[in-house]
Amino acid sequence: MSTKVSMNVNGRKVSADVEPRTLLVQYLREHLGMTGTHVGCDTSQCGCCNVHLNGEAIKSCTILAVQCEGANVTTIEGLASPDGELHPMQKAFWEHHGLQCGFCTPGMVMVACDIARRKPDADEQTIRHELEGNICRCTGYQHIVEAIHAGLQAMNQAKR
Amino acid sequence: MYAFNYHRAKSLDEASGLVAKAEDGKLIAGGMTLLPSMKLRLAAPSDLVDLAGVDGLKGITVSGKTVTIGAMTRHVDVHTSADVKKAIPALAALAGGIGDPSVRNRGTIGGSVANSDPAADYPSAVLGLGATVETNKRKIAGDDFFRGLFETALEPGEIIKAIHFPVPDAAAYEKFPQPASGFAMVGAFVARFGKDVRLAITGAKDHVFRVPEMEKALAANFKADAIAGIKLGEDDMLSDIHCSADYRAHLVTVIAKRAVAKAAG
Repeated sequence: MSTKVSMNVNGRKVSADVEPRTLLVQYLREHLGMTGTHVGCDTSQCGCCNVHLNGEAIKSCTILAVQCEGANVTTIEGLASPDGELHPMQKAFWEHHGLQCGFCTPGMVMVACDIARRKPDADEQTIRHELEGNICRCTGYQHIVEAIHAGLQAMNQAKR
Repeated sequence: MYAFNYHRAKSLDEASGLVAKAEDGKLIAGGMTLLPSMKLRLAAPSDLVDLAGVDGLKGITVSGKTVTIGAMTRHVDVHTSADVKKAIPALAALAGGIGDPSVRNRGTIGGSVANSDPAADYPSAVLGLGATVETNKRKIAGDDFFRGLFETALEPGEIIKAIHFPVPDAAAYEKFPQPASGFAMVGAFVARFGKDVRLAITGAKDHVFRVPEMEKALAANFKADAIAGIKLGEDDMLSDIHCSADYRAHLVTVIAKRAVAKAAG
């Protein structure tokens, strides 16, 4: 039995008949072809699959697409401007080399933007604590934390 | 994950009816435990009834000496609530230590309490504060609610509406988290109401429990030292690759002392 679901993904209205067991991340990747959101562990540990649901970071491997009926979903593809200008947090990850293999990066950037919403003045310790649900197997986190710190400052400046 | 039918309930009556009608129906709140269990095929309900669309299950109200939290209120909302921070700061702190930020944006208090995971944090607050669990059918005292491993007093079709927490004079929650998952290997919630003291331990046995001998000692002297000499037996303690039964028994005293020191501080 399939169920109809409609949502708004990166400002675009989408609608589909899906099996209820379809996870949001499967819907994004396999139905919409948006493969920027990654599946690392599929057990809500690693955080690679983070997207924003109505503005808040959530793990898209641990929510059904049908639970997102009527919701606004933002993925990593939705952060940059339409003209290709990167989001300040994406720029910060580039400039501070906040990645190595890049697999965890979409989730890191989406969570970083969630930190910006809640704790725009987060210090290093706070950022490390906030990344509890994001695992990186390459970097040792140092450059990720530096990138987020710089990204928060850039976002704060853009607000002024 | 096996296939299932999905229903969006608009009211508690509808949700209760849908679960009753299904072959093996289950309610879904935040889904932070249920969905991973279904992926592992530890749970395979025929029908999922989503409570997200039911009105009146979300929100926090304080009236007199009671904090009422709706069942669908998320961990992030309890953690950041100015009202909870003021009335029962230990409860706000507990909510902020569950899972990680993205999990706290989905997980709910009702889901956690109804699940009665042996290592969950919230059950210790329900029992430690002597809260009352209000369902669509009745009110259940915290002392009568948790029955065993993933087992509660809830009957089939019974749905938690809200939890009423009495405001204590002092309280604290401490846990020894499993380093990878953050789940409590042992967690202790202590609360003092005048001369009465309640102490609930999670993570150590198959479900949350009180420790009367420690409560009695703390009622006489609300200091960590008062319970330093009280050790629980290891007979019914959980034992797994993270922590043996005798180590858990040892941790109960250590973590309870830390909770008392924090509450008394």
